[in-house]
Amino acid sequence: MNAAGFPILSLVTFLPLVGGAVIMSIRGDEEVVASNARWTALWTSLIVFGLSLVLWADFNPGDPGFQFVESASWMPEYGLGYKMGVDGISVLFVLLSTALTPICILASWEVIKRQVREYMLAFLILETMMVGTFCALDFVVFYMFFEGVLIPMYLIIGIWGGPRRIYSAFKFFLFTFAGSVLLLIAILAIWAHTGTADIPTLLHTRLPVVMQGWLFFAFLASFAIKLPMWPVHTWLPDAHVEAPTAGSVILAGVLLKMGAYGFLRFSVPMLPAASAAFAPLMFALGVIAVIYTSYVALAQQDMKKLIAYSSVAHMGLVTIGVFTFNIQGIQGALFQMLSHGIVSAALFLCVGVIYDRMHTREIARYGGLVERMPMYAVVFMLFSLASVGLPGTSGFVGEILVMIGAMQVNFWLALLGGVGMILGVAYMLYLYRRVIFGALTKIELKNILDLSPREVAVFAPLVLLTLWMGIYPQSFSSFWAASVAQMVQQHTAMLHHAALIAVASR
Amino acid sequence: MNWSLALPEIVLSIAAMAILIFGVLMRRDSSFACNMLALGALLLAAFLVLAAPTGSAYGGLFVVDAFSRFAKLLVLAGSALALMLSLDYNRHEGMARFEFPVLILFVVVGMMVMVSAANLMTLYLGLELHSLALYVVTAFNRDSLRSSEAGLKYFVLGALASGLLLYGISLVYGFSGSTSFSALAGALGAPQGASIGLVVGVVFVIAGLVFKVSAVPFHMWTPDVYEGAPTPVTAFLSTAPKVAAMALILRTMATPFGHLADNWRLLIELISIASMILGAVAAIGQTNIKRLMAYSSIGHMGYVLVGLAAGSAIGLRGVLIYLVVYVFMNLGTFACIIAMRRQGKQVEQIADLAGLGRTDPGLALVLAIFMFSMAGIPPLSGFFGKLYIFLAAVQAGMWVLAVIGVLTSVVGAYYYIRIVKVMYIDEPAGAFDPRPAMLSLVAAGTGLFTTFFFLFPGPFVGAAQAAAQVLLG
Repeated sequence: MNAAGFPILSLVTFLPLVGGAVIMSIRGDEEVVASNARWTALWTSLIVFGLSLVLWADFNPGDPGFQFVESASWMPEYGLGYKMGVDGISVLFVLLSTALTPICILASWEVIKRQVREYMLAFLILETMMVGTFCALDFVVFYMFFEGVLIPMYLIIGIWGGPRRIYSAFKFFLFTFAGSVLLLIAILAIWAHTGTADIPTLLHTRLPVVMQGWLFFAFLASFAIKLPMWPVHTWLPDAHVEAPTAGSVILAGVLLKMGAYGFLRFSVPMLPAASAAFAPLMFALGVIAVIYTSYVALAQQDMKKLIAYSSVAHMGLVTIGVFTFNIQGIQGALFQMLSHGIVSAALFLCVGVIYDRMHTREIARYGGLVERMPMYAVVFMLFSLASVGLPGTSGFVGEILVMIGAMQVNFWLALLGGVGMILGVAYMLYLYRRVIFGALTKIELKNILDLSPREVAVFAPLVLLTLWMGIYPQSFSSFWAASVAQMVQQHTAMLHHAALIAVASR
Repeated sequence: MNWSLALPEIVLSIAAMAILIFGVLMRRDSSFACNMLALGALLLAAFLVLAAPTGSAYGGLFVVDAFSRFAKLLVLAGSALALMLSLDYNRHEGMARFEFPVLILFVVVGMMVMVSAANLMTLYLGLELHSLALYVVTAFNRDSLRSSEAGLKYFVLGALASGLLLYGISLVYGFSGSTSFSALAGALGAPQGASIGLVVGVVFVIAGLVFKVSAVPFHMWTPDVYEGAPTPVTAFLSTAPKVAAMALILRTMATPFGHLADNWRLLIELISIASMILGAVAAIGQTNIKRLMAYSSIGHMGYVLVGLAAGSAIGLRGVLIYLVVYVFMNLGTFACIIAMRRQGKQVEQIADLAGLGRTDPGLALVLAIFMFSMAGIPPLSGFFGKLYIFLAAVQAGMWVLAVIGVLTSVVGAYYYIRIVKVMYIDEPAGAFDPRPAMLSLVAAGTGLFTTFFFLFPGPFVGAAQAAAQVLLG
């Protein structure tokens, strides 16, 4: 709670549900319901975004701990409480979630024609779950939000998705659920061992080293699937290809970040010994993800699939950054997460723009779009280059920091990660050339229209953010600098402590 | 002797007989009035249960404590909701006869005696009263081949289970010299431990009781009986008797056989694992939603037994919370199934639900909530049931049980979300008939409970805690 005693986080989290209740209560014929549902959802998400800007304004970057903390008694006799709060690591992801939701709603304005009310309802519920995941300071509450994401996302892919949507929705649901239940076991084990599920307390609790190993793999099962890491990434291309555009945006923009957030929030600080011991494994998986999925991306015929595989590669880089345990690496991972959240979301929106016009995502069906769609070509180019990591865009900052962090750990790690970045340039530029350049020979493309004002409104904030993050990264990284420094310092101290114990017991 | 401890049971029995006489004497169709009277009697019994003092009566045959009160209230609630579901169904199927509520009341009396049993003889008496009445209601649609077949099957297999139970009781009595729970606890707590004959007797008792909760390997009757019985009876079968039988298992395992925990724990673990796996895997291929619910209930009973295997107060508390959650979401699901009626005919294929999201959004939403809850997705109530159960397993160090439990819940999630898929993604198969207000009431009420359980778990957890404490002394 801030100085005025105002529960801003709960408000941001649960206000979308109020909007949802309003949407539920709309009566009338289908046209009226659809239009009212759209406007209600848009206004709700805009108000939520406006409220979340209070976090941006009032957040104190100098304080490494949790801020805006609110707590309420829920089941005190079992060490469970409703507790919310944000620190430097989570605050910007709350903002990312609240910023992407109105964009998604705007992007679905005309595309979604059937069951509009349910669609908007699902998005608002999804927003609550996403924001809650990043704010929760009680492990069980966290799990409830983390898992609750599945219900709306399953429905969004399943109802409004493409032809193979049923297969994809099931795959998404069952993969994620299988990982999450192991996380649940781990949470229960911690809860049974320490008697509390309070995250700030647990961050300073030393768990037995043997237990840490088991917990690490239980966490890994959940977060690796969510991230996703090779080899459990296979649900992602399917889910992305079949999901409606806005679904892909949220999936790539926010849901993937939950996995990395889990590593940063739980695995590294709570299980320092195990994370240090298994860091080489994580590096290996990260490097494989970066290189292997980049090659796979090169071979794709479907635009969404290509971008989905590029997401896996980017997340591989994030994994490497997190497990370097140094300030540059972790800051780089955070920056990469934030940047990827905006850039990949924008890339999916770009695909959505031409998909809405031509109803195909096959790369071979396009070519020479620059002749008819100059504005679109510029936007697409900006985000392609940001995804590649061109200096001056947001992608560059994250990648260079991760590289610096990795270099401190191991030269070869940095080199192999760098190879992945080169491959990234290859597949993105190859995609761009095939879609935008060349001669406009295909007859059906002759009359394609450039961005509409609504689409400009969708892209404008993303363009602005991408450039802002690239040109003046300080205004974002200052949020988490203190928290990351404290985390790294604590991690080192805990390892040192463990080493001392090992020496003493010898 | 404090006979008033059994006042709820006495009042219910008298009410059941009075309703019977009333139904016979009335010339015209009196089934609606009888149903209402039965509901009133259940409500009255609930008040009496709350008011009844704690203690034991009838020479130690009958006990009233926090545990029995908890289980009885749950049994009464489940039975009343099931009775409400039967009103319109019975009228539609032409089986609205006044005997139905009377028989249900006798089942309830039997279950309440089971819950309060403090002696193997009381246990058997209650179990038989409830079983015999239950066989009849299962076959209540006497003109339907399926219903009669289900009733007969249930009767034959149930009689076999009763025989096993009785045989086990006689062995226990033979080797320990008593049927009273407290005397048994004393005898078994003695340092020389249990003789092999006694252990064999306990195994038979477990087999007889586990039949009632339809856990593997005593589950064979469940799918056929669930499918054949009239749907409200299936709803009833899958809730209140399960609660009563599970309460009975808890009491017998914790009180008289508590000292033998090391002997029976492995057995319960195996039963639990087998039930969880079968419940998850066998339901995948089902096309009939009632059969699917049968396998689902087998799986749920497997989870409940995890709590018993843990054997701690937290485990027993988890069992009770799980039962509360289970009763409401199961009855709600059956309310939705009873609402599946097209051109006056009851339909029960999963495919019949196709497109419900568009033809009847309200019903689809409620059913989707129940399905997600059964799969254990937070923040719905089903998640909390599993949370407490698995917490107990983890605390007791039963990692294998916990991991198998969560993994089977992933497999189970497949068939639950498949129903959601059929409702929301498939092309509509035509609208259902308008549903009676009573069904909407029950579905909405249980749906609200399932959705908002997370806001007020406190009272339930507290009551369950008090009840579990009683058993472990």
